[in-house]
Amino acid sequence: MALREGALGVKMLFCCRTLHKFASFSGARSLSKQVSSQSVSPKPPEVADDHLIYTQEHFALKEALRKLIDQEINPYVDQWEAEGTFPAHKVFKILGNAGFLGVNKPVEYGGLGLDFSYSVAVAEELGSIRCGGIPMAIGVQSDMATPALARFGSDELKKEFLRPSIMGDKVACLGVSEVGAGSDVSSIKTKAVRKGDEYVISGGKMWTTNGTQADWMCLLANTSDGPPHKNKSLICLPMNLPGVHVARKINKIGMWSSDTAEVFFDDVRVPCKNVIGQEGLGFTYQMLQFQEERLWAVANIVTTMDSIIQETINYTRQRKVFQQPVLYHQAVHFRLAELQTEVELLRSLLYRATAMYIKGNDVTKLASMAKLKGGRLARELSDSCLQYWGGMGFTSDVPVSRFYRDSRLMSIGAGADEVMLGIICKYMDTLPRK
Amino acid sequence: MSGRVLVGVKRVIDYAVKIRVKPDNTGVVTDGVKHSMNPFCEIAVEEAVKLKEKKLVKEVVAVSCGPQQSQETIRTALAMGADRGIHVEVSGNDYETLGPLQVSKIMAALAKKEDAQIIILGKQAIDDDCNQTGQMTAALLDWPQGTFASEVTLDGDKIKVVREIDGGLETIKINTPAVLTADLRLNTPRYATLPNIMKAKKKKIANVKPADLGVNLTSKLEVLRVEDPPQRQAGMKVETVEDLVGKLKELGKV
Repeated sequence: MALREGALGVKMLFCCRTLHKFASFSGARSLSKQVSSQSVSPKPPEVADDHLIYTQEHFALKEALRKLIDQEINPYVDQWEAEGTFPAHKVFKILGNAGFLGVNKPVEYGGLGLDFSYSVAVAEELGSIRCGGIPMAIGVQSDMATPALARFGSDELKKEFLRPSIMGDKVACLGVSEVGAGSDVSSIKTKAVRKGDEYVISGGKMWTTNGTQADWMCLLANTSDGPPHKNKSLICLPMNLPGVHVARKINKIGMWSSDTAEVFFDDVRVPCKNVIGQEGLGFTYQMLQFQEERLWAVANIVTTMDSIIQETINYTRQRKVFQQPVLYHQAVHFRLAELQTEVELLRSLLYRATAMYIKGNDVTKLASMAKLKGGRLARELSDSCLQYWGGMGFTSDVPVSRFYRDSRLMSIGAGADEVMLGIICKYMDTLPRK
Repeated sequence: MSGRVLVGVKRVIDYAVKIRVKPDNTGVVTDGVKHSMNPFCEIAVEEAVKLKEKKLVKEVVAVSCGPQQSQETIRTALAMGADRGIHVEVSGNDYETLGPLQVSKIMAALAKKEDAQIIILGKQAIDDDCNQTGQMTAALLDWPQGTFASEVTLDGDKIKVVREIDGGLETIKINTPAVLTADLRLNTPRYATLPNIMKAKKKKIANVKPADLGVNLTSKLEVLRVEDPPQRQAGMKVETVEDLVGKLKELGKV
């Protein structure tokens, strides 16, 4: 039948082309493996007119990004996971050229000036990358190290740091957490002492994604001795200044392809004009961007959870136990239905919060709820799905074990579950009264 | 010369989708299935846009024949750099029976109407694998054709085409106006960048009916039955050449 064979033929040809192009990377990767690495069939299309927040343009954006991921990122993920790092400058340049790093950033600096719903669309599509580390690294570059700079930075600072980050020429990282301060941001110890028209920075930062490759850091430091919520500033810090030491790359149980650094500052001198916005407002600026950061993380993981469920269905459909597919046992398909239900609920919350946010509302409560649920559901889902893969689930060769490791971070990073709960309780007015 | 290039883009089931035959064997399942631009049409668009970037042609017009959703395919071409689009509306039963002959009549009519200098098509579509539309269009227009092109060079009012043929590569020189069909190695299609996707929103897509072009869509072909290919049988391993010959004789193959 020409139809099927023809389609298969071109599919083979295509994989041939991709193989040929990336021969130096893929090495001995077999043709059938190349085909099966794209084995999760494309989802049936949602109709643009019926979607809650997406238009035709959003879907076109997702398609274009999907192609880019399939060609330039997914073929290398296994290799980068094994190496414990990925070529940030190379990957960010490819994304920057295609316009994906500055979706909601100002047009004057190379961004697209679109609203946050487009960032959510990008975040969703990045969930089709076959690991958690790369989307996390991209998210830091596009939506965590740059929002405050885009909103409050001076024109000079934006030209020097924002524009190249959007173009993908400079790699950014975010320096907030420290060895002694994670959830309690106000208790960070890094100091930036004013001396003439320079700040002298001493201290250190921990958990710095992209830290070993970054050209600049968006650094939160104490710039005066005032109340802890009013004495901090955000500073654009070039990473090549004397005194900046990338002490080590941290070994983590997951997110292997994303390099995470511990950084020390030994009397680093930086011009005062590198402060973003007003001195003393750093803490406030940092808090402002959390709504976006949290919704971004949820958008990302929702897509990944969908594909883990689908891959589990595929695996259990062909794997037999007691003379029938594992999938046919009611405990299995019922459980997967439960998990899929929860994913859809989370997705609805994501779209609702996004729709309200782009209209100008404060969605802190909903965003915190979504982040909380996202982290917990990912743990539950990865654990349940891994169980159905049996022994294979325990090996490094399958996507579910990587997801199990990678997704554990969601309840910890970018605002731990406990912090989310505290925020929600504040809005519910259930915290102990003073 | 108008400097205008017409590029045909077809909306087909996405290459990564697992095709399923309809239970009544009248065709394949298309409802709710992911569709995208035929990969060879992408290569055709890329080539046309490249020619425009080199300032060898002035305008790239993307054409698609099909239902409402074909407009998405045209939008993708616009996002890749085409200047405007023409959507030839064909739906319902007409769309089910639409084939290379009708499409080439449409392309020929449009080529005359738009005063096109070059028509670039994909060499074949990945759903029907016909590899006919380019050739038929050229014949209807009485234009030269450069099919299976892996390299295209404009040289004054002629085109040098390197063709991929069974024996290797064949280089021909043809006059314009001409029809070209794109083969796999002609180029690597660009990603539609986000700025271009947003710009594409503003580009025009004209709506045309086949009747307006004087084209009769009645098909002379009738699909009787569509089936899955036979299930692949397991193979057999043998130890020696003698065993192999013996087995082949047993199966009546030699």
